[in-house]
Amino acid sequence: MSRLGVLAQAESRPLMDWDWVWRNLDDIWVQTVEHLVLTGIAIGVGLLVSLALAAVALRWRHLYAPIASVSGLLYTIPSLAVFAFLAPFTGLGLLTAEVALVSYTVLILVRNIYTGITGVPAGVVEAADGMGYRPVRMFLQIELPLAAPVIIAGIRIASVTVIGLVTVTSLLGLGGLGFFILDGLRRSILFPTEIIVGTVLSAALAAVVDLGLLGLERWITPWQRGRA
Amino acid sequence: MSDAMIRLEHVSKHFSGAEAPAVGDLGFEVPRGSIVTLVGPSGCGKTTTLKMINRIIEPTSGTIWVDGVEATATEPYELRRSIGYVIQQIGLFPHKTIAQNIGTVPELLGWEARRIEARVDELIGLVGLDGELLARYPSELSGGQQQRVGVARALAADPPVLLMDEPFGAVDPIVRTRLQEELLILQDKVRKTIVFVTHDIDEAVRLGDQICILNVGGVLEQIGPPADVLSNPASEFVDDFIGGERGLKRLGLMPVGSADLEVGPMVGPAASEAEARAVMRRYDTTWVGVLDDERLVGWVSDEDLAGHTTLAEIQVRPIERSVSPTDSLRTALDLVVRSHERVALVVDEGRYLGTLDLESIAREITE
Repeated sequence: MSRLGVLAQAESRPLMDWDWVWRNLDDIWVQTVEHLVLTGIAIGVGLLVSLALAAVALRWRHLYAPIASVSGLLYTIPSLAVFAFLAPFTGLGLLTAEVALVSYTVLILVRNIYTGITGVPAGVVEAADGMGYRPVRMFLQIELPLAAPVIIAGIRIASVTVIGLVTVTSLLGLGGLGFFILDGLRRSILFPTEIIVGTVLSAALAAVVDLGLLGLERWITPWQRGRA
Repeated sequence: MSDAMIRLEHVSKHFSGAEAPAVGDLGFEVPRGSIVTLVGPSGCGKTTTLKMINRIIEPTSGTIWVDGVEATATEPYELRRSIGYVIQQIGLFPHKTIAQNIGTVPELLGWEARRIEARVDELIGLVGLDGELLARYPSELSGGQQQRVGVARALAADPPVLLMDEPFGAVDPIVRTRLQEELLILQDKVRKTIVFVTHDIDEAVRLGDQICILNVGGVLEQIGPPADVLSNPASEFVDDFIGGERGLKRLGLMPVGSADLEVGPMVGPAASEAEARAVMRRYDTTWVGVLDDERLVGWVSDEDLAGHTTLAEIQVRPIERSVSPTDSLRTALDLVVRSHERVALVVDEGRYLGTLDLESIAREITE
């Protein structure tokens, strides 16, 4: 397309080009799913890493402070800087993106798992211990379920954060809704429809996932129903 | 060797970093089927002692025997599943229903679901709670109800031994008194060997077949039946710790049924005015009780008699308060001092037994 042609086209374009939306529905769906997959991987891996770190911190309590500060430090580094820093080692692709995303979830998840578990009432733990619970069963059947509301609250914050960040990973050539935003920006003439679609869907995704997790929390913590 | 369910021999506990031992060279026995209350000021090691029995705390030295076996010979988790445990914070699992809470240890022991369910149904009744509560969560129950569930949970696998660590410390005094009564009634049915920790000497005296008084550092000052300890404190410390009102505390331990009762001023329902007045004179009272066979119908005062020739003409006054043989003399004394006539009437399920007054109650305690 000639430069002039693009300009002419841009001038005639409305803010929302619904025609474009209908024509690209398939693509929008594919990128939305891709966005969710990238988020899911980050949260899943982040949870595993955080559970391990929290387990270490719970076993050796003096390690909690250093673990929390290091993950706090990671949290403060801008995502673009992380990509730039990691690229020489992990290349420009999925691995780089996920390492960055996971590192952002760890602070929130470790902190919430740790405080969730240490927040289980001492009397409950003592009673369980006194009745003959062994450590693994105690963790799975007593501590984890009782910490679930706090842990899920952490997963909600982490998910919303990651869904926002995944839009940036399209800079690494990955999919996700950020692709549309980037594409809209990269055109010689701004294409607002693409930017709006990417932004609105990303925000909507965050809201839906947040609500979904809230529903999950309500569902798995029936004992909290009817309480403030 | 006596039939001791629990025996401590030269048990001591020295926490690392602490200067003095928490428990030093402690030894005592808990006979099978009896309640021993461990009582003492804070820092006396009573809770530490209790927790050494189920190995939540490991003793530094000494031996603890549970049912003839050294506690250290059993894996802690196995030992604990065979010992009921009730703590002050109750520690019900907030995320499990009351039924699941009560069924905790049977579940750990791998009982079949049907057997657990049957046992849970039995226990909820045993501790006096409605079966409808079983489907609820602990947060939906009152403090007193939660504590009863705590006791039911401790009894679930029918352990021979129950350890109770200030179980009624967090409930209000009225509920506490009721829970104490219920525990004694329950104990009559289940006959467990119970070690009960409390800082409240009245509670210790009330519940213990024996009370074990500990001093700071886990030093045994005295162990024995409450009445003995109250009448013969072994040391100044015990004397101090028991505190005032020792006479009242002893009365609290003595059932009305054990006292010598007076016959009291009693007449039949058809007695004449002259007979009634003669009985009043004989007993130096201004009232007579009306006895129909063995049943106490009521009473009349000398004023009521004025202008009548027989009791049959008079509306007798109802007996508002009486004591039963299982009440304590302390309860009877309370009734005496609160009654206008300075007397407590003793009635056993409608059958009149006699009266108690200040004189006769005082006589019981000085004997």
